Amino acid sequence: MSMVTDAQVKNAIPTDQDLIDFVVREARLIDQQRFDEWLDLYADDAFYWMPLEWNQTDPRLTCSLMYEDKLLLSIRVERLKGARTFSQKPKSRCHHVLQTPQVDSRDPAANNYVTWTPMHYIETRMDEQTLFAAWATHHLSVENGRLKIKLKRVDLINCDAAFGNIQLFM
Amino acid sequence: MTRYAGNVAAIRDLVRDQEVHRDVYVSEEVFQLEMEHMFPNSWVYVGHDSQVPNPGDYFGTTIGTQPILLVRHTDGTVKVLHNRCPHKGTRITSETCGNAGKFFRCPYHAWSFRTDGSLLAIPLKKGYENTGFEQSHAASGMAPVRHVRNYRGFVFAKINDGGLDFEEFFGDSLSSFDNMIDRSPVGQLKVAGGVLRYMHNCNWKMLVENQTDTCHPMVAHESSAGTVVEVWKKAPPGTKKPMAVEIIAPFMSPYEFFENMGIRIWDNGHGHTGVHHSIHSDYSAVPGYFEKMKAAYGEERAKAILGENRHNTVYFPNIMIKGPIQLLRHFKPIAANKTLVESWTFQLVDAPDMLLERTLMYNRLINAPTSIVGHDDLEMYERAQEGLHSNGNEWVNLQRLYSPDEAGQTNVAVNGTSEWPMRHQFRAWTKFMTMGM
Ligand code: FES
Ligand SMILES: [Fe+2]
Repeated sequence: MSMVTDAQVKNAIPTDQDLIDFVVREARLIDQQRFDEWLDLYADDAFYWMPLEWNQTDPRLTCSLMYEDKLLLSIRVERLKGARTFSQKPKSRCHHVLQTPQVDSRDPAANNYVTWTPMHYIETRMDEQTLFAAWATHHLSVENGRLKIKLKRVDLINCDAAFGNIQLFM
Repeated sequence: MTRYAGNVAAIRDLVRDQEVHRDVYVSEEVFQLEMEHMFPNSWVYVGHDSQVPNPGDYFGTTIGTQPILLVRHTDGTVKVLHNRCPHKGTRITSETCGNAGKFFRCPYHAWSFRTDGSLLAIPLKKGYENTGFEQSHAASGMAPVRHVRNYRGFVFAKINDGGLDFEEFFGDSLSSFDNMIDRSPVGQLKVAGGVLRYMHNCNWKMLVENQTDTCHPMVAHESSAGTVVEVWKKAPPGTKKPMAVEIIAPFMSPYEFFENMGIRIWDNGHGHTGVHHSIHSDYSAVPGYFEKMKAAYGEERAKAILGENRHNTVYFPNIMIKGPIQLLRHFKPIAANKTLVESWTFQLVDAPDMLLERTLMYNRLINAPTSIVGHDDLEMYERAQEGLHSNGNEWVNLQRLYSPDEAGQTNVAVNGTSEWPMRHQFRAWTKFMTMGM
């Protein structure tokens, strides 16, 4: 068994350490570009949300940098493999530095756990290396003995800045 | 070394009937001349008046690279001012938008100005007595941009006194604005949803040209739209087509689709793709919307308004609008090889929220720095910006479907894959670059 398989949650109620391990593992799968395994961490009705506005509350009638359901996420993952994905020739690479995730709330009755993780994310392509600072909020729940992401929200400290291409996942 | 300043012949030589010289994209000197001549001679988009609803509201933007300010004056009219203190040049506002109250106050030495720019007060005024201050530039306050036109909420300004008047400059092209605005049952738009900002390391004109380039989607966007089509094929039969698929998949339409959709050419570099149909034609109906339109305009007129599916309308020099989804992109030049793209979205006043939802989804799926479709385009612009430094060939070819008698023609609809709009933009470019030079 390799280091970063998606460990079973022993009980229906995950420990804080289970939640922390999960968030760390998610970042590692992105860094190692194991995108199919990464996608598998998301529940079928999950969303990946990157707001455009500071403290944004509405993903529907306020624009976001990303607000993607699992279909759109899987399209991105497929696209990264494409033979004619020219913006990924050569490919981007990325690197996460996480603070220890903090468990903000745990509600076993509702099967809902929220963690908060300040992080630095670096994306590189060719000679360019770009640093982003962000807070990741994970809304997790247990499905069939596994933790799954219901919502991952990534708040960039400079969410409203003018960026060039951001090609991978934070 | 200067090659082009004051040299009308050299500038004209950059644009041939079927090709343009690479210096229009890579030369810093040509870029400076665009800022000095081409932008000030043109009617340039400033902003929408819903961004400054109340007296004292302001919004800071640029005409070319010059900082300017859109402001709602105390009398309710909108003014466009140069965003520069007449004292020592300090930019007057610290945030992009806000409310100045009854007057602007410069943060450096506290000179203050009415919201039409005129000088209101100077601390220690006595120190200017007997200095001839009344005759100075400074005494007249923040310089207004004199030529301003608010067209149904969209504010344009022209910095130079020469050039064409507003109607002459835009002519029939304003019909695209009309159609976008008429899509509201009360004929009104409001800026909504936030602005997406996307930095491009390429010349601003590459973006403008791309708005009418219909030979690239099925090639460059195979990675994004093509993948959408492939992934969607695997959905279980009977699954309802998601809004996202409706939006992205049409980018993969075949050449024939784009050839038949048609391009219309107006004067002065303006024009639009999608004369007959477009990638926006097949969106599913939004519940309750047509009923509202019918009640407001009558069935026939409502159908005519919604039947218009213009794809991209280019307003020379540097904006594009998409009427069917109420979106405006502003291509802001920063340097010969650097452009800021702002994508603005509008709410149709008194129409269902779902229309705004679709507009915002389109914006983030197509125009965002985090958008896969946008990545495809930017990659091509940046490769072009680099490739143009090759001395193997100094010319960019714009020859597709060229006809020798096209130069004087206007208000014609042509094959949707013609590069006529780009040739036509460059004819306008030469005209406004050399006007008054
Ligand atoms: S620079 Fe504005 S008051 Fe002095
Ligand atoms: Fe494109």
